[in-house]
Amino acid sequence: MDKFRMIFQFLQSNQESFMNGICGIMALASAQMYSAFDFNCPCLPRYNLAYGLGILLVPPFILFLLGFVLNNNISMLAEEWRRPQGQRGKDQAVLRYMFCSMAQRAMIAPAVWVSVTLLDGKCITCAFCTSVPVKTLGNASHPSLSQGEMKRVLARIPCKEIYDGQELIANEVAVRYLRCISQALGWCFVLLMTTLAFLVRSLRPCFTQAAFLKSRYWSHYIDIERKLFDETCAEHARSFAKVCIQQFFEGMSTDLAATRCHPPRKAPADAEEASEKLLGITDQGTMNMALKSWHRCKPPLHLHPPALPSGNGWAGEGQPPTHPPVPQRETAAYYSRV
Amino acid sequence: MDRFRMIFQYFQSNSESVMNGICGLLALASVKMYTCFDFSCPCLPRYNMAYGLGIMFVPPVALFLCSLILNRQSLVMLEEWRRPQGCRKKDLAVIRYLCSSIMQRAMVAPVVWIIVSLLDGKCLICAFSSYVDPEKFVGFASASPVQVQQLLAKVPCKDDELMRNNTSRKAVSRYLRCWSQALGWSIMLILIVAVFLARWLRPCFNQATLLQARHWSNYIDIEQKIFEETCCEHSRLFAHKCILHFFESMRQEVKLHSFSLPREGEGAGGEDNLLQGITDQDQVNKLLKMWYYEKPPLDVSQATQR
Repeated sequence: MDKFRMIFQFLQSNQESFMNGICGIMALASAQMYSAFDFNCPCLPRYNLAYGLGILLVPPFILFLLGFVLNNNISMLAEEWRRPQGQRGKDQAVLRYMFCSMAQRAMIAPAVWVSVTLLDGKCITCAFCTSVPVKTLGNASHPSLSQGEMKRVLARIPCKEIYDGQELIANEVAVRYLRCISQALGWCFVLLMTTLAFLVRSLRPCFTQAAFLKSRYWSHYIDIERKLFDETCAEHARSFAKVCIQQFFEGMSTDLAATRCHPPRKAPADAEEASEKLLGITDQGTMNMALKSWHRCKPPLHLHPPALPSGNGWAGEGQPPTHPPVPQRETAAYYSRV
Repeated sequence: MDRFRMIFQYFQSNSESVMNGICGLLALASVKMYTCFDFSCPCLPRYNMAYGLGIMFVPPVALFLCSLILNRQSLVMLEEWRRPQGCRKKDLAVIRYLCSSIMQRAMVAPVVWIIVSLLDGKCLICAFSSYVDPEKFVGFASASPVQVQQLLAKVPCKDDELMRNNTSRKAVSRYLRCWSQALGWSIMLILIVAVFLARWLRPCFNQATLLQARHWSNYIDIEQKIFEETCCEHSRLFAHKCILHFFESMRQEVKLHSFSLPREGEGAGGEDNLLQGITDQDQVNKLLKMWYYEKPPLDVSQATQR
């Protein structure tokens, strides 16, 4: 128990660094996914915009939801939100704190995706190639084309192999222009995100420090309480099972003694411990019968049953709590008075 | 518990080295980001300057803010600065010391970016290629002014069809790169000399004040960490008690219904001491509020006499 407590304390005091670690891994995974992704611009007038903006915006949304899913605390938040009030009031500030801290961490991987995409430039080049200012960048001497024809030609800018508008506007010029815009947007986005993060972090101590300390304490508390409760229930179940099984074997042993008219032999002092562990079952046939009986007719989940005439009853002393199995999470009646 | 204490002591004694480590990591990340970044100058007359200088100065600002965010001490400093006075006076020297140490560490990654980009040269070539004097270069001296602007703007793009085999392009490029690298090395030299002088001459001025400021800034940092840990420990014990009460109340109910013998509750004498008499929500809230609004005076002798 001591070792467990030590590890638990370490994790607890480092829960933030654990979550930050997961955040960092997701951010790296996001960058890696982008580089592994094979970007293929369709090079068709209306499809380009849809594809480019889709690649820019849909994966971040998925990563954001994934950030929530991978966070263990989401179920804790949901439980705290939906539980009946009972004897313990609900603190909205705690719920908000939990949600905000989860949302902040979930935002990192999508922000990385969007930054990497913009700094790379392929998405914006694909999406906005039909909007390149041909008049300023293109060759003025070229005869004018119809709108549709021009769009069709410009849409092929990202696909160098099939681009046929070199006289209209040089491919490299257009790509450089779009890339420059994309990278400028990317760096502005990065700057904006870091500024927002900085403001959020630095304004908090100036305004809401006391409320923050309170919310943080109680959200940690809820987490610890849940874990300790699970642990206590597991311990309880273990003790319960131990007593139950012990009573079963003792019942079997009593039955056997009754059917064979053998008085339970008292083992010599030095082998007492071992024979106690055998619980009165000392041969193959008896063991087989015990196993069959366990399978066909498990004992009731009720330690200390009343003294019954049948041999299976046992009215001896039990171990820890004698009330029914793992208490169910029902309603207010079971909430602590604290 | 012992092992935990050991790990904690390690962090305590090395919070400065942890921060230096973060600083170093960010500097490396800065270099890596620069090498990974695909610099592509637009090669258009007005866009070049904006792009070149933007790439040289916007990422350093982002890196600076990042360093401030990642540095735990910045939060500590802000809290110390904004807290109500209460029973503990505020020492501005400590806040100044914290501020300067945070700023110094935060400036490393941006400076590394700027120096690397200057030594590489691409940013300056892109930004200032339109502003060189065309008379100095044979290929551009004879063209008309408008054409010269266009041509000079295309100098950073080696693969452009106009510039592919132009020797004057290489000349301009070399010229600007030379300036860029000279600037980079000069800045590096100046900074290193400044840091050297600052570290060498510091003991000559106000050493005692500095020692005090450093001690108390360490103290504030450690105090906050220990407070957080104590809160964690307290909430764990609080939860433990809460759950025991819960099981006990269940037991009482069962006792009422089934007349079985009650079992004695587990002794929790040692843990009662750790809970320090704080056993309900309002008391905990009051404790946290008191901690913020009225920090205790830095005088432990009174506590032991009480």
